[in-house]
This record gives sequence, structure tokens and C-alpha cells, in this order.
Amino acid sequence: MSFDVLWRYAPSLISGFGVTILCWSAGSALGLVLGAAIALGRRAPLSPLQWLLRAYVELIRGTPFLMQLFLLYAAGPSIGLRLSATAAGVIGLGMYSSAYFAEIFRAGFAAVPKGQIDAAVSIGMTPLDILWRVTLPGALVAVVPPIVNTLIVLSKETVVLSIITVPELMYQMQTMAAETFTAFDAIFAMAVFYWLLVEVVSRLGRRLERSVTAFIRHSAGPA
Amino acid sequence: MIDIRGVTKTFGTAQVLNGVDLTVGSQEVVCLIGPSGSGKSTLLRCVNFLETYDSGEIRIEGKLIGYRDGEAGVRRPMAVRQLREMRREIGMVFQHFNLWPHMSALDNVAEPLRRVRRLDGAQAASRARETLTRVGLADKASAYPSNLSGGQQQRVAIARALAMQPRLMLFDEPTSALDPELVGEVLEVMRSLAAEGMTMLIVTHEMGFAAHVADRIAFIDGGRIIDQGAPRHVLHESAEPRVRQFLQTYHDRNSF
Repeated sequence: MSFDVLWRYAPSLISGFGVTILCWSAGSALGLVLGAAIALGRRAPLSPLQWLLRAYVELIRGTPFLMQLFLLYAAGPSIGLRLSATAAGVIGLGMYSSAYFAEIFRAGFAAVPKGQIDAAVSIGMTPLDILWRVTLPGALVAVVPPIVNTLIVLSKETVVLSIITVPELMYQMQTMAAETFTAFDAIFAMAVFYWLLVEVVSRLGRRLERSVTAFIRHSAGPA
Repeated sequence: MIDIRGVTKTFGTAQVLNGVDLTVGSQEVVCLIGPSGSGKSTLLRCVNFLETYDSGEIRIEGKLIGYRDGEAGVRRPMAVRQLREMRREIGMVFQHFNLWPHMSALDNVAEPLRRVRRLDGAQAASRARETLTRVGLADKASAYPSNLSGGQQQRVAIARALAMQPRLMLFDEPTSALDPELVGEVLEVMRSLAAEGMTMLIVTHEMGFAAHVADRIAFIDGGRIIDQGAPRHVLHESAEPRVRQFLQTYHDRNSF
């Protein structure tokens, strides 16, 4: 371990870590929004839309993330789509994760007992109120653990973005290793950064899980 | 109040309702009895159009539910907004309570008041509290459903429907999922509703309750009403062999 090398490269590693967090959070946010929209769309009784959304999910899940990135970044310009590496990375990560989030949301919606919806319908609540007050809170309990899990996977999936030259942590680490021949130190530093990120995410996830399942814990014992 | 005429429904190839005629007058309590699979619950769910029906008419205070009225030819579904407005006047209580588990008892009752009746938070909470008091659960307002016994959950569900101040109430086997010891408290609440003049259509297996509280009992089998009339008539004097057989089995099972 040579701390002076690490010290010298600290600014670039930290900036790489920043880019990693940015791509991960922006990509995941995009993926969550798209995924929720896809899951909702698949509940609508329009069969062509359902077919299309299902094909999208299967296509994204059925091909490698790296290939999708290449398609977006390298093949994009030939159809007039010019994106910066970082923009392609965020959009790519968003599309990639949306397929997985869509499936998680779909399972979550399905986990809400139909009787709870019947009750809301019989009372004359609007579909939007039912979604917001009955379906989503019920589904949330089921989706938070797999969503946190997917977020953790995605945080490390960001390393793939280095291949299309997004200056994230992996990219900076490779630069440092190449310039100083200190592979061990560079990889070690990278591991610490990712571990830190995952630790924070999983802690936040546990807290979120506790808050959405509060009503179950209320019933831990007899009244 | 409820006017059912010639209602039919098929699920796939199974004819579930086979031309049902039934009326429930204002402030009347009618109990629907019959074997399982006879179409009782389906009929009840057609009354607020949770289930669609194929032909015939169901009118609530003269208004056709589910379909556009007065149009010749193929029936078209009524506007969803109108359907919602009709449902708001019809309370429904389910076999499995169907409370929203992420809300306290109070919020289960207050939520529809806020969302549907547009009461503000304080008004909704106070009406919810009053209604919970009516069903004897004032002290359970802050409890969550999974913290309540089945009987208490069902009483919250009744309060949820009741707080909407419906013009009539539907009960779909409200005590069938309860431990025998908890049945009484739910029936007691229903008895008091009947005494206050609520119009009620009740699918039930509680013959004793039907005998004492119902103004009329209708026996349904194979998707049609086989016999109906005063409790005394249906339970003791029915000429229909199917009714007598059903009641005989019921007596045999419940005697010891």
C-alpha cells in the first residue's frame, strides 16, 4: 500500500465516486418511474399496449446490459441519437433497471388482496384514490425489500459504464492503476468506496422497510 | 328500494343466475339463504355491480344499475362516474371483512368520508369515532385490523359502510368467517341496524338470526329463487322439497 499514491489520486477517485452516485441515483430514479409506469400500463385492459410492454420487459431482461449501452452510445448516432457518455449511461441504466422494477411492481400489485379493492370500489372511491390509498400502500410492503435489493445490484452495475468512458469510479481506478502500476491499492480503494455505498443503501432500505411495515409491528401482540 | 327482475349471469359455461326476481322494500330486511354455489353471493354482488349481470334488470330506487337506462338494442355500461355515485349509497359488508390493513380502525372508517364524502379531516374523524361507538368499538379506534378479533374487524367493516350513511346495506355472509363465539356481537350490531330501519339484504347461514330479524327470507338454489316469504313460512311451512331438505340437513348438523 502506498498512501502517497492514493493521496495523490484521491481527488479523481472521489470525483469518480461522485459520478458513480450520480449515474446510479439518476438511472435508478428513471428506472423506478419507468418501471412503475410499465407495471401500471400492464394492468390496463388494452391488449396491444400490454403486449408491447411485455415485449419491452422481455427484450431488456433478455439481453446483456453492456450490449444495450453500446446500442445507445455507439449505434445511437447512426440513427441521429447523439448522447454524451454520462447521459447514455444514465438513460441506459434507467431502461435496464425499469424492466426489473416493472416486474417487482407487478408482483407487488398482485399481492394486494382483491377484497381490499372490492371494499374500496363498493364504497365508490375513484380508481386514482384506490390506487393511491389502497393498492400502492399494500404493494409497498411487498416491493420495498426487492427494490432495495435491486438498487444494491444496480449500484455495482454502474462499473459497466466505464466501458463507454463515463468517468465514474471504475474508470478513475483503471486510470490510476494504469498510470502508477498500483493495481492492488487502486482496487482496494474502489472496494472501500462501493462497500460504503452499499452499506448506506442497505441501511436506508432497512429503515424504509420498517416504516412501511409499521402497521404489521403494531399488531405484534394482542390488544 | 331494490328491484331485481329476470337477472341472469353465466361464468363461462356455468349458469350462476337463472332469472332471479326479488324485491326489497324500504326499511325491509331480507335474508338470502341457500346451499353454497347457489348464486347467493353472486346475486348480492350484482346489486352494487361488483359483478356484472348478463340480462334482466336491477334497479335501486328505480334507477337501473350498471347499464344505461332506456336505450334499445345492445346494452351499454353506464358511465363510471354515475356508477360510483350509485355505489356510494349502497353499503357493503364482506365475509372476510376486507379492511385496509395499513390503516387504523378509525382511518378505515374515516378514509372514505374524506375521499368520497369530502369531509375535512376533523369532521371525518369525529363521524368515524361516532360510528365506531355505535358498533361498540370506541376504545379500538387506534388499533390496526390485525390487532382486532374477527368480530371486532367485522364491526369496523360495518362502521366503515355505515358512516357513509348509505340508503341500503348488503351483507355477504358477514359471520361465516368468524369463530362461533364472535358471531353474536356482529349479529347484535346488525339487529340494531334493522331496528333503526336500515334496508338490508343479507346472505347468511344464520337461520336463527334470519328467523328473528328478517321480514322476509328468500331461498335460492340453482340460480333461481325457489321460495320466499315470511321467515315462518320458509323455515317451517315451505312446500318446496329442496327447501325442506336444506333445512333438515341444517337441523341435523346443528342438533346435539
